[in-house]
Parts: sequence; C-alpha cells; structure tokens
Amino acid sequence: MSIDQSTAAKVAKLARIKVEDDALPALADEFNNILGFIEQLNEVDVEGVEPMTSVTPQRLKRRVDEVTDGNQQDKVLANAPDAREGFFAVPKVVE
Amino acid sequence: MSDLNKLGLAEARDALRKGDTTSVELTEACLKAIDAADALNAFVHKTPDIAMERAKAADDRIKAGDAPSMCGLPIGIKDLFCTKGVPSQAASKILEGFKPEYESTVSQKLADAGSVMLGKLNMDEFAMGSSNETSVYGNAVSPWRRGNDEAQLTPGGSSGGSASAVAADLCLAATGTDTGGSIRQPAAFTGTVGIKPTYGRCSRWGIVAFASSLDQAGPMTKSVRDAAIMLEAMCGHDPKDSTSAELAVPDFEAMLTGDIRGKKIGIPKEYRMDGMPEEISKLWADGAEMLKAAGAEIVDISLPHTKYALPAYYVIAPAEASSNLARYDGVRYGRRAALEAGDGITEMYEKTRAEGFGHEVQRRVMVGTYVLSAGFYDAYYNRARRVRTLIKKDFEDAFAAGVDAILTPATPSAAFGLGEMTEADPVQMYLNDVFTVTVNLAGLPGVAVPAGLDSQGLPLGLQLIGKPWEEGDLLNTAYALENAAGFVAKPQQWW
Repeated sequence: MSIDQSTAAKVAKLARIKVEDDALPALADEFNNILGFIEQLNEVDVEGVEPMTSVTPQRLKRRVDEVTDGNQQDKVLANAPDAREGFFAVPKVVE
Repeated sequence: MSDLNKLGLAEARDALRKGDTTSVELTEACLKAIDAADALNAFVHKTPDIAMERAKAADDRIKAGDAPSMCGLPIGIKDLFCTKGVPSQAASKILEGFKPEYESTVSQKLADAGSVMLGKLNMDEFAMGSSNETSVYGNAVSPWRRGNDEAQLTPGGSSGGSASAVAADLCLAATGTDTGGSIRQPAAFTGTVGIKPTYGRCSRWGIVAFASSLDQAGPMTKSVRDAAIMLEAMCGHDPKDSTSAELAVPDFEAMLTGDIRGKKIGIPKEYRMDGMPEEISKLWADGAEMLKAAGAEIVDISLPHTKYALPAYYVIAPAEASSNLARYDGVRYGRRAALEAGDGITEMYEKTRAEGFGHEVQRRVMVGTYVLSAGFYDAYYNRARRVRTLIKKDFEDAFAAGVDAILTPATPSAAFGLGEMTEADPVQMYLNDVFTVTVNLAGLPGVAVPAGLDSQGLPLGLQLIGKPWEEGDLLNTAYALENAAGFVAKPQQWW
C-alpha cells in the first residue's frame, strides 16, 4: 500500500491539520516509511483471534444516570481562547 | 544535615520522623538545587510558593503526630498531569496558557499523602517521543556525560524531565507516565528506578490522554524502596476512571524482603535482537546470574510474537491519539491560531492544529487518522488489535508455565546524544521502545532497575516484567536485583 500526495492531503484534511502543498511530498514519504514498518503485521496468522478491546477482562462499570455536578460555567469557560457572555465564541459557521 | 536534596524518599521520611530535619529545610534544599540547574531544563514551571506552603503544613502534621506516608517529601510532577491553577501543557504549544480548574487524581493522592510539589517537569510533547526532543520547552538534558565529553545527552523520553530531575537530585522523586516505555527507558538512561504498574492500578483521570488503553502513571525514584513507597501513594480505585481497578492496594514496602528463593525468572529468547551491543547482552547475562545467586531459578522462555509488538503499537497508539487529540480545537482551552478575515470554523481548526502541534504529534495524529479511515480500519487497526491479543497470550502462557517474572534489558543502548537521531527516520527512534512496549500492550507491570555502567560511564538498566496486579512481588525481585547489582554511580555535577 503506497500513499500518494493526494491521499496525504486527504488524511491531513480528515485530521484537521493544515499542510501546505509543498510539504505534501515529504509527508507522503513519511507515511510510507511508517506504513512499511507496520506492514510486518501481515505476516501474523490472526485467523480466529479476537481483536483486543480491553487489556484486563472487565465489564465497564455502570452508575446511576443522575446529575452529580454543575453550576461551574465560569470554570468551564476560564481557559477558552475566546469566551463571551457565558459562551464559547467561534467564527461564523453559517454557510 | 547537608545535601538534603540528595536523599531518597525513605531516608528523608525517616529523618523527618526522627526530627533530624524539617520539610521546610528539605524543600528549600530542592528549590535551591532546581534554581541552579536551569541548564538541565528539567523543571519547566516552578512552584516554590505552593511548595513552601505545603512544606509548612507537612511540618505541622509531623509535629502533631499525624504524618501520612509521604508527608513533607518534595517531588516533581510531569507536565502531563493536570494541576489546579498551575500550567499543565503536556509540553505542547497548543495548551499554552492552560491552567486546569481541577487536580488529577494521582497528583491529588500524592498531595493527600503529604508530599510537596516543587513544580512541573519537562517531557516530550503529549508524551510522544523517546528523547525529550519534541517538547515546546526545548530539550531536557541528562545530568550524565560520556566521561569528559561535553556533548549533551538525552535523559530519554517521554518522561525526560522527571528522569533528569531525579538523577540530578533536584527532587527526591517524580511522577512519570508510560505508554510504550516512557517511564522505564528514561529511568534506564539516567540510573534511576521507574515502575509502570499494571494497567488500571493508577487512575488516568486528569492526566492528559495519549493512548488511553496503554497509558499508566508511575513513580521515578532513586531506589526500589522509594518506588514502593510512592507507587502505593499513587494507586487505588477511582470512580472517575472507568478502567481503574477496584482492588485493594497492598503495602508494597512491607513486601520488600529481598528473599527471592525459589522464584522462577524467565529469559525470553526473542529479546536477543540481532546486533545487540555486547555490553547490553553482558549486562543481561550478569543480571540473570545475580538473580540465580540470590536463589531464583532461571529458565529460558519464548514470547513468539515479540517482533510484532512495535508495529502493532505504532498502529494502536496513533489511532487512539488521533481520537484523543481531536479535542484540541482552539475553542475550549489552550491556544487558537490568529485568523484572517473570512476564515471559517474549518480554517480555525486546521490553522490552530497546524500551529499548535509539533511535527511528531502531527505525524502520529495523521497516521492514526489514516489507520482508522474507511477502507483501512480492518487491515490496520483491527489486525493490530488481534496481534495485541496474541502478544498478551504469549505472556499468559509464560506465567501459566510457572514463571514469576521476566528479565530483559530495558533499552537497546545507553543514552544517545541530543540531536544525534535528528537525521534518522522516525522508525529508528521508535526502536528505543522495543523491549518496553510489549508490557504496555499486555497491560503488565514493568520496572527498570539500574544495573551497571557502559564503557563510557553511562548507566544501563534491566527490566523486570511481572504478573498482573503483582507489583509487590515484582518490586521485591527488583529489590533483590538492586541489592546484588549495587549500582551507586551518580553523575558528576557540571551544571
């Protein structure tokens, strides 16, 4: 499996990371290098083997669905790069 | 008492209880050492006011006869832990200015145990790296040098600042985190002890997430006894982390008898890599001899899927990272890129993440995005998770055959120079984790113990791998190895 520049651009887009066009060839090379390393996994016979979801066999615990916390608007917004009138502010999203 | 910062946790604790010193004196000695060690770039956010306040409170508790296990002991905290009101950046530009409104469970437990936080420690960005060279704060530097050669060496990574600070006696101990070897490799590079406990022992709540199914916190200390003391204070069930184990925490220190007679120690043949330096294989053989002399039985074992651990890790860890790091969107916390007129929300995300994430983090997020994308999910991600099942089964088979612990080298070499790997491809850097990453994939406890020096005078470490939830027994074997190896070397102060 080899990654070309347009695939690299697509991956960058999916990851929401801006990559300039002139950086795409080097990025594609890096991907190919890493994926080449990962290709070794194809040597392993995984027929009938379950993919691991949790390293310790445990059932995720449940709790009662109830409000246990709240009224912390100031704390929630304290680290926002742009907070106004009690809300997170972002650029216009109407298209 | 002089040179109080050079004490370990156990010695300092005993001195405090006897009234030979005070927490204020210990803390002042560490703060002084920290201020004189800016050349190491280990402490990146110093918190002297918090430290002195906690030291005074600790002295009052000791006087009142109400001293918890780590009362008055000054430690450093890796920048990956959220600490209330104190910058917690995971060494990333994207978290510039972030001051959490809450405290991580592990750092809270350490505070409750009476310890004194001296400040935050350098690391690789988002814990992604093996040399502390991906940090927004710049490189952390090892206090160790190759003889009289002034070349700066890496303290390892990702917990490089923690390792450097402990080795240079800037603090008595430090927290680290380990996703693929990030506690054990830096410990081995700096002649310190580091244990990654069983997955689920320490709560992950409030620790900036890298790969959630692999991340574990653990202590980095000057001795195995100190590791036992600090691990006990760090671990325990936490309802805020659904993967945290509901198990009682034993008294790890009380389990350090040094008696390992009759224990079966496995030597896995697959860890004998092609081109392994002679010094590493000798260290490994010497370690096995030491354990044998202490009464353990040494047996050859096979962990057949070892070779596939690193490639499986470099699918699973980036996949989880790409999901975890999706939260850095420039909206809720941290840094947002400057936008141009007409930029919409997509430009805000893309510019913020391009400016805020360093090169290695971007690379891993994108690799993770790729292996999770439609059409490749099965071929890469699911296949890696199947291989992970087989890697875990290798260990289960060894333990079922009666092995109590497994002895391996901790790293494929001694510490390398900062900048020496810059030209190498990323896969070369990833090979640093070849002996440690299996342990994360299998969720097992692993400890690095300093065991010798190489021909250039640099520390080398051995790794012991234990059964799930048996950190106490593992630490006891590590204690026996530590006693036999008698590692006492310290770096000569040049900073």
